[in-house]
Amino acid sequence: MQDDPLLKLVMVFAPFSLAAVGGVLSILAGVQHQTVDVQGWMTGREFIELFAISRGVPGPGIMLITLIGWKVAGWLGALVATLSLYLPSAFLMLAITKVWNRYRGRAWHSAIQNGLAPIGTGLIMAGILSLFRLADAGPLSWGVAIGSALVLGFWPTVHPLFLLVSGAAIFIGFHFASI
Amino acid sequence: MNTDQPVSLLAIFLVFLKLGAFSFGGGMTGWVYREVVQQRGWIGETEFLSGLALSQIVPGANVANLTIYVGQRLRGTPGALVALSALLLVPFFIAIGMYTAYTTIAGLDLVTIGTDGLAAAAIGLLLLMSWRTGRQSVRSLRSFLTLAATFVAVGILHWSLLTAILCIAPLSIAAAWPRKKSDAG
Repeated sequence: MQDDPLLKLVMVFAPFSLAAVGGVLSILAGVQHQTVDVQGWMTGREFIELFAISRGVPGPGIMLITLIGWKVAGWLGALVATLSLYLPSAFLMLAITKVWNRYRGRAWHSAIQNGLAPIGTGLIMAGILSLFRLADAGPLSWGVAIGSALVLGFWPTVHPLFLLVSGAAIFIGFHFASI
Repeated sequence: MNTDQPVSLLAIFLVFLKLGAFSFGGGMTGWVYREVVQQRGWIGETEFLSGLALSQIVPGANVANLTIYVGQRLRGTPGALVALSALLLVPFFIAIGMYTAYTTIAGLDLVTIGTDGLAAAAIGLLLLMSWRTGRQSVRSLRSFLTLAATFVAVGILHWSLLTAILCIAPLSIAAAWPRKKSDAG
């Protein structure tokens, strides 16, 4: 490819940043189309492979983008792709938050805040449902989730990391038990 | 305005570094809530929840937006940028490490199974958070109806997030609007 691959990464991923309304998973299909069909950076199989790997990686969204950047142009590619996906929406959010916090304490500001807060809770509850659907979770997932909620509820000082690692251990244990 | 409770940038960095390193499966909001609201009292519950709704309206990864919201609230633009960089730092290197390991190490599916378990446990934190904040909401009819409408629209009827928020938020905000007679606010 004659064009600078880094520039290409910016041009492909930066628009996705602002298109990811309602979470990053909403742009997955578009990213696949661009990466595989339009730019020809990898085959469809390779893309699925990268997606599978990225599922095992922590992160606030799809770190898949980091891997695509890495595959296209190494370390610098990974950095450029990651920043392209996160920075544009970050600056938008920053600008909105800045304006928002400037009016803290006003009566109308409190009203908006009080109006939005239960929506936040409702979204979390809906999110729990959809997380389970996404992971096509069985009773084991529900069991671990409810178990960790109960443990934390009755024993508030427990470190969340302990719960997370226990969850992982239980899943791996069951995996071996069912072989 | 933001200086009534100065939190050091280092403290912000460390908290979000930890949160980023263990944010599996998109269910980490519960842990953010625990760290930022419950344990440190950096921001209040209503502020956190309204920021959460805001970060779902604005494009981008929800947790990343929430991170910026909290960081900005605590220490302005530097706070937001420090928090976001901390959130992304560990996942960035783990992603590349996993990719390089993928071709050489067998048993990657075991890692995936393990992280599924991790994600399930993280949902437990969310469950607890919705239990706590939900109990608060039930105290007022407006909050309860808003919560229920949001849950049904997004979780059961599968409306898009944006549609749901744009329909429900104006009603909920209007109901919470201070009236001349009342002293609420």
